[in-house]
Amino acid sequence: MRVGVITFPGTLDDRDAARAVNVGGAEAVALWHADADLKNVDAVILPGGFSYGDYLRCGAISRFAPVMNLVIEAAGKGMPVLGICNGFQVLCESHLLPGALTRNSDLHFLCRDQEIEITNTTTAWTSSYSAGEKIVIPLKNGEGSFQCDDETLAQLEGEGRVIARYVGENPNGSRNLIAGISNARGNVVGLMPHPEHAIDTLTGPSAQGLGFFTSILNAMVK
Amino acid sequence: MAKIVVDVMLKPEILDPQGNAVASALPRLGFTFATSVRQGKRFEIEVEGNPTPAQLAEVEKAAEVLLSNPVIENYVVRVEQ
Repeated sequence: MRVGVITFPGTLDDRDAARAVNVGGAEAVALWHADADLKNVDAVILPGGFSYGDYLRCGAISRFAPVMNLVIEAAGKGMPVLGICNGFQVLCESHLLPGALTRNSDLHFLCRDQEIEITNTTTAWTSSYSAGEKIVIPLKNGEGSFQCDDETLAQLEGEGRVIARYVGENPNGSRNLIAGISNARGNVVGLMPHPEHAIDTLTGPSAQGLGFFTSILNAMVK
Repeated sequence: MAKIVVDVMLKPEILDPQGNAVASALPRLGFTFATSVRQGKRFEIEVEGNPTPAQLAEVEKAAEVLLSNPVIENYVVRVEQ
C-alpha cells in the first residue's frame, strides 16, 4: 500500500513521516505541494513544520496549494488522511476538520515528551491501539491550542471524535485537553503531537507512535 | 489612491494570549490605563482609483476565505482615502 507524504515549502517532518510509514510496513510516496497529482496513493499524511513560514495563519496558505484540492476531494471519498501538527492546522484551515489551532496559552513554543491517551480506536489511524492506551510522544509547537465553539465541542465529544487527549496538566490551553480529533467518517485525523518522531527508542522517547502508521494497514485490509 | 483596509480580530470568546501579554506589560512600564488588550491584524490593500462596489465585494470574499479564519476571527472591511 502506498502512503503519500506531502512536502510544502517549510515542511520539516516529511522525512521522519516517510520513514515511519516504511517502518510501519507501507510504502512512502513523496508528494509535492505544487503538483496536482496524488500518484495513486491509498492514503496521505500532511507532516509537521512551518509551511509557507506560518504566514497569515498556520496552514492558511498551504490549504490553497494545488495538491490540497486533490486531498480534499479524496478525503471526501473516504481516503485516509492524517495531519500531524502543522498538517492538523492545514486540515482545519481546509475545513476537513472543525475548529482551529491557536497560540499556546502561555505563549511559549513547547518541545517536550508528552503523554497522551488514545480515546478512539476506530479511526483509520488509531486502530492499532487499545482504548485508553497511554503513549509518550514528542509535542513541539507554538500554536497547538485547539479551539472551537461550544456546539462543535459538544458534537466532537458526543460522537466520540476526540481521538487523543493530553494526560496531566493542559500543555497549551486546548479545550477538553484535546490532542487530536477525527472527522465524522473517521478517515481524516488531526493530531498535534508527533508519532513519527517516536517509532524508535534510539531517537525518540518511545516507539509508541508507530501504531498510527500500522493502523493504516488495517484500514486497507478491511 | 484609495486604500481598502481589512481589520481581523480574534472573536471575543477566543483566548488572546498575545493581547494578555501586552496587557500585563503595560503596567510594568507605568501605563495603567488598560483593563484589557486584544491584538489583531490589519491588511492594507491598494487599488487604482476609488474602489467599486464590485471590488469591495471581492475584498469581502477574500477576507472571508483567506484573510480571516471565520472559526476564530471576525473581520471588518472599510475604505480609507
